[in-house]
Amino acid sequence: MSTKNWPLWEVFVRSKNGLEHRHFGSLHAADAEMALENARDVYTRRNEGVSIWVVESKNITASNPEHNGELFEPAQDKVYRHPTFYELPDEVKYM
Amino acid sequence: MSEEQIKDLEKQFEERIARDEKIEPKDWMPEKYRQTHIRQMSQHAHSEIVGMLPEGNWISRAPTLRRKVALLAKVQDEAGHGLYLYSACETLGISRDELYEQLHSGKAKYSSIFNYPTVSWADMGAVGWLVDGAAIINQVPLCSTSYGPYARAMVRVCKEESFHQRQGFEIMLKLANGTPEQKDMAQDALNRWWWPSLMMLGPTDAESVHTEQSMKWKLKRKSNDDLRQQFIDQTVPQAELIGLTIPDPDLKWNEERGSYDFGEINWDEFWQVVKGHGPMNKERMKARVGAWEGGEWVRDAAMAHADKKVERKTKQAI
Ligand SMILES: [Fe+2]
Ligand SMILES: [Fe+2]
Repeated sequence: MSTKNWPLWEVFVRSKNGLEHRHFGSLHAADAEMALENARDVYTRRNEGVSIWVVESKNITASNPEHNGELFEPAQDKVYRHPTFYELPDEVKYM
Repeated sequence: MSEEQIKDLEKQFEERIARDEKIEPKDWMPEKYRQTHIRQMSQHAHSEIVGMLPEGNWISRAPTLRRKVALLAKVQDEAGHGLYLYSACETLGISRDELYEQLHSGKAKYSSIFNYPTVSWADMGAVGWLVDGAAIINQVPLCSTSYGPYARAMVRVCKEESFHQRQGFEIMLKLANGTPEQKDMAQDALNRWWWPSLMMLGPTDAESVHTEQSMKWKLKRKSNDDLRQQFIDQTVPQAELIGLTIPDPDLKWNEERGSYDFGEINWDEFWQVVKGHGPMNKERMKARVGAWEGGEWVRDAAMAHADKKVERKTKQAI
């Protein structure tokens, strides 16, 4: 029996320059270097990326969906944050 | 939580799925949803991993370099598919080690098709064409399944599958147009893989226990019998095109249904193989467990090396 299991890593890939890194999935690896190598083999076998980030899963703090109400509902009634809230005459151009 | 509250949550949950909303790992979900998904997704992952064995068998004996790189790339893809699916499964709170343990102890199942032997090079053609072909039919609807990580994994898998089937069909095409011996080889492979491929799409609807619930959760979008009919209807013309004969004397185009009628499937054989009495069940598990155990020292060494590197860094920092 192995003494210690390889930890879990989250993999983020930039598909091409100009785009952001996007979460691609996860994998197990002994350390960050191996995680990068494995990510390259598992997630970019067909030129899917030009840059990879890996971060150990335990270092990610995620919001709890049960708190989605408190977190995200307050933004719903703030219509004045959108340009369409402001009434201008049709004659106004370029705005 | 009271029973009433759970009922309420379950109702909201089912409504979300009905609205085509995705379920994500940290969302509340009924225990049965979690367990069913762990079972199906891990079974799927195991199939990808065990599925490498029958084809891995031929990599060193591929007839040309072109065939060899293709087969190697395909088998490597299958390893990738297994990993996407294991990772997706782990988001439901089960560890990779537990998943492996379930496979190695025989508690978890994998697709019964991989318990058949690959005895000739033509089997590489038949497996790619028929087995990956049937897998695609199973998998495409799962790209829109309700569990987010599973759906995303399936999108990647499906993108990669199409080359698997094409390289298999190309092998069959080449053999079917070759010498009489080569054509016989192709026909023989089709004869052996046809029926197991039909079985691969699962028991008939009448005997399928999970269907209704699975339909609701979009783990299944068409019944096994519908998928099987779809597979037959699209594969028969492909066989005709390369001059091979489907080994079913009852196969006949049904004008009225716009589909092929086909012969009786030997479900006894199917259940025998599922229960572990297929020609290669023991062999496959032996190879799989052997690979896992044989790799233990590598996993341990990698971990020890990683720990040492951390130690060295901390020492330098002091
Ligand atoms: Fe696959
Ligand atoms: Fe495949």
